[in-house]
Amino acid sequence: MAEVTLISHSGTRTTLEVPPGTSVMRAAIANGVRGIYAECGGDTMCATCHVYVDPEFAGLFPPVNEDEDEMLEATACDRLPSSRLSCRLTIPDGCGAVVVRLPESQR
Amino acid sequence: MSERVVIVGAGHAGISTAFELREAGFAGPVVVLDQAGHEPYERPPLSKAWLAGAVSTGELAFRGPEVYARRRIELRTGVRVSAIDRGPREVVTADGARLPYDHLVLATGARPRALPVPGAGLAGVHRLHTLADALALRAALDGARALAIVGGGFIGLEVAAAARKRGVPTTVVEAAPRLMRRVVSEPVSAFYHRLHEEAGCVIRTEAAVGALTGEDGHVTGVRLADGATVPADMVVAGIGVVPETGLAGAAGLATGDGVLVDEALRTSDPAVFAVGDCARFPLGEAMVRLESVQNAADQGRAVAAAITGDARPYRDVPWFWTDQHGCKLQIAGIATGADEWAVVGDVQERRFTVLCWRRGALVAGESVNRPADHLALRRLIAAKASISPAAARAGGFTLKDHARSLAG
Repeated sequence: MAEVTLISHSGTRTTLEVPPGTSVMRAAIANGVRGIYAECGGDTMCATCHVYVDPEFAGLFPPVNEDEDEMLEATACDRLPSSRLSCRLTIPDGCGAVVVRLPESQR
Repeated sequence: MSERVVIVGAGHAGISTAFELREAGFAGPVVVLDQAGHEPYERPPLSKAWLAGAVSTGELAFRGPEVYARRRIELRTGVRVSAIDRGPREVVTADGARLPYDHLVLATGARPRALPVPGAGLAGVHRLHTLADALALRAALDGARALAIVGGGFIGLEVAAAARKRGVPTTVVEAAPRLMRRVVSEPVSAFYHRLHEEAGCVIRTEAAVGALTGEDGHVTGVRLADGATVPADMVVAGIGVVPETGLAGAAGLATGDGVLVDEALRTSDPAVFAVGDCARFPLGEAMVRLESVQNAADQGRAVAAAITGDARPYRDVPWFWTDQHGCKLQIAGIATGADEWAVVGDVQERRFTVLCWRRGALVAGESVNRPADHLALRRLIAAKASISPAAARAGGFTLKDHARSLAG
């Protein structure tokens, strides 16, 4: 299990126990975390699960691919170097913790 | 005493309504009734990632079970509503219990249209709507020797892609002259037609089904109206859905290929709303019914706003998607009646967008593997931005720049 902490735009912290193989988006949705919409259900189709990954955890995840790169260019809030779609952030084996911040809006 | 909202149906629209009520600050009781005996789940993956084995059944749940309790959403599964008694504002369940409401939300969805031909009841004939359907279909695919799919729409073609990936010989039979005719332009139909043929799928358009043939109660083939037969030991019917309007109709609410609602999604009784696949609502000059997750989610949000006193017309830009052979199609707007189109991007490279105009107005855009175009289009269509076909066809045109200039 990894400890995934999501910090809302207003600063509310939610920490979830997430098994490896689960995406940050799926964990957030399953636990009713506000601020993640995931309209498309995790298909890299909608850009409504945008998060900012704290830099120290960025290396845990595969690099941004072409589709995700395009989607990130069109998110509701500004793209930053730390921007990811949380549906693409699958918790790897052996991961202890991850911290992500949520944008002010998703759509 | 606080008002109570009762929601009938725990699909995308019903569950969206329940959670959006809480987001909107509604404090009263929220009760969701659903006749299925299990937790609400996502439907889009059933014909896509789940069918392909990329998503497990456990991952289909909308929310963890404790989330409903935490948001004080009372989810009652395995409960069938048999009537709406509009006088005293009560729903009546199959076991005779009565549940009062102040606001009732019908999110009853739709059921797959049954094949209207002899042999439709044979063993080996499948449909894909519920998780139970999907489990049966996936199990049957494992042993299928020849699959025939009746209907070349999203569902039929998504199943065809999954079947070919497993190496099952597959034929798609479509009555119309081209695939997905109801929802996409000719260039997109042609592109996906080629894609499926390249994957080894046989596609027969303008092929009406006369009957399903069988032996010992099991399907053996699809007989076409012209007399030819497509041999098959498994058939999947994907020929559209029929909205579930029975409850509404029996309660005297206005219906007609859907539960009829106004711009605020109210039925002919202001205490009753309808959302999602079952609701027919005004969009522009037409009354439409949309079968999509976006529509279900956004209508849930709109009804929650109306119930909490913030009613506004529902005018979200519709969007739809499908994924076939790794090519993602995202559609923004509704192309019905489009009279002009332009292709932006590179069809050969499998990355392009078709823009569709009706009487000079940009009404829809269909993007293949161009997600940024899709998102830009949703904004442009919402803003009723004017783009001329000539400008779109000119060199150097990008939708993103247009969307940017709009924002700026």
